[in-house]
Amino acid sequence: MNMPQNQQLKQAEAAEYKALVDQVNPKPTYIKNCVWAFVIGGLICMIGQIITNGLIKSGMELKAASSLTSVSLIFLAALFTGLGLYDELAKRAGAGTIVPITGFANAIVASAMEFKREGYIFGVGAKIFSVAGPTLVFGFVISVIIGLIKVITD
Amino acid sequence: MVPLYMAFIIGGALCLIGQIIMDFTKPKITPGHILVGYITIGAIISGMGFYQPLVDIGGAGAAVPLSGFGHLLAQGAIEAADSKGILGALSGGVASTAAGITAAIVFGYVAAVLFNPKD
Repeated sequence: MNMPQNQQLKQAEAAEYKALVDQVNPKPTYIKNCVWAFVIGGLICMIGQIITNGLIKSGMELKAASSLTSVSLIFLAALFTGLGLYDELAKRAGAGTIVPITGFANAIVASAMEFKREGYIFGVGAKIFSVAGPTLVFGFVISVIIGLIKVITD
Repeated sequence: MVPLYMAFIIGGALCLIGQIIMDFTKPKITPGHILVGYITIGAIISGMGFYQPLVDIGGAGAAVPLSGFGHLLAQGAIEAADSKGILGALSGGVASTAAGITAAIVFGYVAAVLFNPKD
């Protein structure tokens, strides 16, 4: 007799609790996040295109220009991460600051900087790879697999 | 030369995909996963021959995102495998991305030494 009533009470409580949680939790800002990611990510790539076009105009070939573009963006990202500005932008832009190559440079500097107190060799020197390491491992492995497939299928 | 707006659109779209993946898989997929995932998937798509057209249309919009880094790895490995066989398959990917990787490590180290984290 008592059991179903108890269960009903429990269900009502659960529903109330869920409503409360929904109220307190910040509403997910999917649309806003997406706009930020698109615009900032797009702008970073556009800066890259400006650099590439400038280098091509000055007589560089496309491959070298696009390589030097990556290097320039990495330099800028390392600098702005050091100054603390990149992470401010990343709070809003999310994937817009992670997906471009500048996000790779940011991850390297940010993780290395955190471990300065452990020394410049096994602190900074080791932790620089805490994010870069997995990225390079998977990148190298997949490139060798692709290369081997090419050798076999030829 | 690729127009700037195309770089903006393609680059923005690739970042948008990353944002959607992150927002809908929270907290499972972290920024670190995005880095690794974009390089790996970019390399696979490139190996199948579908990434170069995106670079032709979007220029830096396709080259600057990490999937473009994967594209460089894959194309480097394929070209070197063509000319040097197995040795090329081993060295090609790293050779084509050497400038970017070295720049990231060297600039990254210098920046980490010069600057202090904000708390």
